Amino acid sequence: MQKTGKAAKKVTVSIDGRPVTVPEGTTILEAARQAGVKIPTLCHHTDLKPRATCRLCVVEVKGQRRFQTACNTPVADGSEILTNSKAIREARKTILELLLADHPQDCLKCVRNQNCELQKLANEYQIREVAFERSEKDLPLENTNPSIVRDMNKCVKCGRCVEVCQEVQQVAAINTANRSVDFGVSTAYGESLADSPCVYCGQCIAVCPVGALTEKDDTARVWEALDNPELHVVVQTAPAVRVALGEEFGWAPGTISTGKMVAALRRLGFAKVFDTNFTADLTIIEEGNELLQRIKEGGVLPMITSCSPGWINYIEKFYPELLPHVSTCKSPQQMFGALAKTYYPEKAGIPAEKIFVVSIMPCTAKKYECTRPEMQSSGYQDVDVVLTTRELARMIKQAGIDVEALSEEEYDAPLGISTGAAVIFGASGGVMEAALRTVYEVVTGQELKDVDFKEVRGLTGIKEATVDLAGTKVKIAVANGLANAKVLLEKIKAGQCAYHFIEIMCCPGGCIGGGGQPLGTTVAIKEKRLEATYDIDRGLKLRKSHENPAVKTLYEEFLEKPLGHKSHELLHTVYSKRKY
Amino acid sequence: MSGELKKEQVLKIIKSKGKEKEQLLAILLEIQQASGQNYVDKKWARLVADELGLPLTKVYDALTFYAMFSTEPRGKYIIEICQSAPCHVMNKAALVQMFEKQLGIKMGETTPDGLFTLQYSACFGACDLAPAVKIGEKVYGKLTAQKVAEIIANYRGVSVCPK
Ligand code: SF4
Ligand code: SF4
Ligand code: FES
Ligand code: FES
Repeated sequence: MQKTGKAAKKVTVSIDGRPVTVPEGTTILEAARQAGVKIPTLCHHTDLKPRATCRLCVVEVKGQRRFQTACNTPVADGSEILTNSKAIREARKTILELLLADHPQDCLKCVRNQNCELQKLANEYQIREVAFERSEKDLPLENTNPSIVRDMNKCVKCGRCVEVCQEVQQVAAINTANRSVDFGVSTAYGESLADSPCVYCGQCIAVCPVGALTEKDDTARVWEALDNPELHVVVQTAPAVRVALGEEFGWAPGTISTGKMVAALRRLGFAKVFDTNFTADLTIIEEGNELLQRIKEGGVLPMITSCSPGWINYIEKFYPELLPHVSTCKSPQQMFGALAKTYYPEKAGIPAEKIFVVSIMPCTAKKYECTRPEMQSSGYQDVDVVLTTRELARMIKQAGIDVEALSEEEYDAPLGISTGAAVIFGASGGVMEAALRTVYEVVTGQELKDVDFKEVRGLTGIKEATVDLAGTKVKIAVANGLANAKVLLEKIKAGQCAYHFIEIMCCPGGCIGGGGQPLGTTVAIKEKRLEATYDIDRGLKLRKSHENPAVKTLYEEFLEKPLGHKSHELLHTVYSKRKY
Repeated sequence: MSGELKKEQVLKIIKSKGKEKEQLLAILLEIQQASGQNYVDKKWARLVADELGLPLTKVYDALTFYAMFSTEPRGKYIIEICQSAPCHVMNKAALVQMFEKQLGIKMGETTPDGLFTLQYSACFGACDLAPAVKIGEKVYGKLTAQKVAEIIANYRGVSVCPK
């Protein structure tokens, strides 16, 4: 919030008697932090506009009769602020007691147990008794869609999910509703998320401080499959999981945990540990060729990427008229599923019906994607179960695997072989960069020396560039977060869009910021995950998808050629307008 | 359940208010009045949302924030019994009982003929008449069981024989 001009004026304030100098416009919360004081917050989230609904962050400002909320009040020069007076401590305690009075007391049975902001505050403030009458609600649990579970009994009405859904994603599936004691968060007319415009991005889960919003836990189904001796259970891991999973084990954000994750998956009992990166490379071959074909044959341009299932849900619901712009390629997860039950059984000599495919994804929308009727081109449901990064961590912990002690292991061949172009799929701009690396060489027939397309990297919402492909100037754009996607879509609709190729990722920052990633994600943590992603890419010998030897073999042995008959059958799909 | 309202009628209401976001409350109120069942159906809320370029959840927030709106069918006449402190201490409970008995429904319900809905309201400034009741724009106070019966009969009569 403290967006200040270039030469921001400095102000000096006293926090609990200690002077601190900060740029004008800094909030009391931030100034206190710089003075070494952590003011408790509940509704506030560093990446979101403050709504200041909980009042837990109240402080005393000398000369002001009323307490001020630190999260949204800028410091005034010379003011004296008390963050820890008796009156403040009591006010905070009362607020917490009121919150707890209508909060279920079943922390032991809650997914957020030990990772809940309310629980942590209650503990810090040593709330042992609640003086107010208990006023628990008995609202129904919503768990009727494949991705998101809502238990509004646990909602503390902070409004973070509303801010994300209304402003960051502009899906507006949920909003505040009702007044006084009934005030809370709701869909329109209390409809289910499945009937609402919700795209299952899970960004609301990512910001919820308590256990009100969670992913649909599918770990039991995976345990069951692993316990079934009849099944050959294989797993694929998305690019963005390896740079985030470590956070679940207390490792610093940005720790690369690929080798240990592969080892842990083997300990869990997966017969083969494969990599979604393999089909990310494959996606580049198919999608790159599709782009060239569209350019050559006057197809619909700009072409837009199709890897992000939240994005696909969005365009199907909000801009169905623009669907011809979307690449017909399935997402890498679904390409993998289709091959794991066709190509792989042939190669491994295992009947397809015995193969059970599990995906580890940074994403809640992937859970929905795998249940789509279009995603059964092997004759079976191509991907059986999707687990988020968080659920994988849960399984590893349940199994008592000490990840710290594991030696790093390698993915299995052939569906585990990949290049640096695939790993960057996890970052906003990555699919674009990977595509450019391949398309450049295909078009020019020359080797691309500098493979880094830095203009499309980073967390900026919309990135644009022009690339020279042997004289043809290709205009590209990259958007992450649906509010940004909307800007580009409106441009296309208005016919003011000279781009050839657009990458869109539903979640802010791309998959590294996905709704299934470890909780507590902030912009700072996303930056670390991004760095780690590009570190992996830089350290690899093969960094272009078309150099992937296993993909080459796949075409020779099975698919024949990009955009060929088999590709169309297994790797491409159609989208349709969806009502809500 | 959207009564006799027709899409064209709703569109006309929206248009009459200049299709302005600022007119949201006025538009919704007129739709509610025209609905015959004193509420704004989801179908019409969505039409308003689409026409004004607002998300449906924003329209729903407004509909559930202001006490004057309902998102479920209600009677033609809303009988609002004040539940603020002054009326409460003046034996609001007895008044509630009288209406419940007379209409054969509980608070929050609507009579089967769709004529009356019983609901609580906040203070509407008729404390001198406590316990007070409001039907439409009219305020009644100091009621007895007999007066309640008369009032109800009156509204029934009005709606049976058109003026
Ligand atoms: S999953 Fe995404 S679209 Fe659905 S309610 Fe949450 S934030 Fe909104
Ligand atoms: S569901 Fe979670 S994020 Fe949304 S208002 Fe409730 S507590 Fe806050
Ligand atoms: S954290 Fe400041 S009002 Fe909630
Ligand atoms: S432990 Fe706090 S909501 Fe579950």
